Amino acid sequence: MTGPRLIARRQLLAAGLASAGGLILGGCSRPVPPTYGSLLRLGDNLTYLAHRALLPGESLVKEYSRAELSSFPAVGTTDPAQPAYGRPPSETYRALQRGGFADFRLPVEGRIARPGRWSLADLKGLPSRTQITRHVCEEGWSAIGEWTGVPLSRLLDAAGLEPAARFVTFHSIDGTVDSIDLLDALHPQTLLAYGMNGQNLPIQHGAPLRLRVERQVGYKSMKYVSRIVVTEHIDDGGDLGNPKNGWAWYVGI
Amino acid sequence: MADTPAAGHTRWVRVCHWSVTVSVVLLAFTGVEILMVHPRLYWGEVGNDLTPPLIELPISRNHRHGGWANQTPFFASSGSPLSASRTYDIFNQNGWGRSLHFLAGWLLVVTGAVYLLAGVAAGHFRRHLVPRASQMSVAHFGREVSDHLRGRIPAATGGPQYGLLQRVTYLGVVFVAVPMLIVTGLTMAPAVAAAFPILLTVFGGHQSARTLHFLAFAGLMLFAAVHVAMVVKSGFTRQMRAMTVGHTEPGARTPELASKP
Repeated sequence: MTGPRLIARRQLLAAGLASAGGLILGGCSRPVPPTYGSLLRLGDNLTYLAHRALLPGESLVKEYSRAELSSFPAVGTTDPAQPAYGRPPSETYRALQRGGFADFRLPVEGRIARPGRWSLADLKGLPSRTQITRHVCEEGWSAIGEWTGVPLSRLLDAAGLEPAARFVTFHSIDGTVDSIDLLDALHPQTLLAYGMNGQNLPIQHGAPLRLRVERQVGYKSMKYVSRIVVTEHIDDGGDLGNPKNGWAWYVGI
Repeated sequence: MADTPAAGHTRWVRVCHWSVTVSVVLLAFTGVEILMVHPRLYWGEVGNDLTPPLIELPISRNHRHGGWANQTPFFASSGSPLSASRTYDIFNQNGWGRSLHFLAGWLLVVTGAVYLLAGVAAGHFRRHLVPRASQMSVAHFGREVSDHLRGRIPAATGGPQYGLLQRVTYLGVVFVAVPMLIVTGLTMAPAVAAAFPILLTVFGGHQSARTLHFLAFAGLMLFAAVHVAMVVKSGFTRQMRAMTVGHTEPGARTPELASKP
């Protein structure tokens, strides 16, 4: 073994690491969620930056016909009024459910001009969109469903985004917190859905209101949305969010 | 530097080989974990526990778990699609499994790009992988197949002096199996399928892409098993030296392939 060869190898490794680092640093103008010291979360962020850098921001997902609607498993929380995943039953949800969600109010707050609390009737008063799309679960299955709701962009328009607004955080009745960037939030197919397959959104699938983020994997489409906060910085939900619990924040893949 | 082909594999080939090895081992391990979470394969755009599978694999406790309650048809018509709530606490390690799969995928894609660029620049594909004119005959092909079937594997040359079957196999791995794995994998990504909807058309849908991803993986694992067996059979020490330090024997140059058919 000769000296020069060893050094050349080290140089090759160093060059490789430096270029990989350059890729990550190059995207630093775009904020990324915390990694909590995990190499896996760093990889997630690399994928996020690569998708944002390489994929067109305005592309729409494929939409299907009613004849293609499929059976649709309900997984995760399927009824917040029942105890599950170490969480007590939600009395609030049970009461809302009993009243047919007439008392449901969605607070929308944060970096917006007009904070407020929206009833289902208020949301249904905004322009609606119906789309038949494919839900892709991280587990490996998929299903086609028809979703009716208000495009999130319409709600954010009505609320008046401040110039500093960059992310939208969602809180669920089941206690989880998640967020998306403004590119996904303002995407034409990102909905707050109150209807599924021509009926009111079933309890199993997130009644009264669930998110549809069609360019990401299913778990980004939060069920039982109960509060929306527009923020300047990423709120990954901390203990209640995905990254700290070992899951990717961005799941376009 | 004594990095002529006859003195073992060139440095960039060796670096790429082991980088791909690391990524493929990680991808296979995490890929099996991901499949264990939903061990059912389908054809078409959709497939889930409430629709019929093409193949069911008994590889985890999620196999036919049957934990579905409140089955409700969406419509009044007969044969209506159903909704059902899952009551079974499934095996699911996809939090790290998926992220490690994609991290290893990055390693494979970056290494693959380096390998393809260097391979074209160095004439590696033309000189070492495209079959030689002298190998392009039915008689030669028949002889190699029959030799392999009878276990008559030529001793290692310690460099890329490949036989016809090796060349065809390596070309298949580099230009068919691995690209197929990468593209079918990307087809499953919602953001990528939105940007390139033609991927769904080409593969016949999201679940078809997933099934083809699995079949390509099975093919690659068959290759890996035979590859390792051939390395052992043709002289493990000599082959490993050629793919690590690059010399088959310290200070020695490998004789040109004379005895090989």
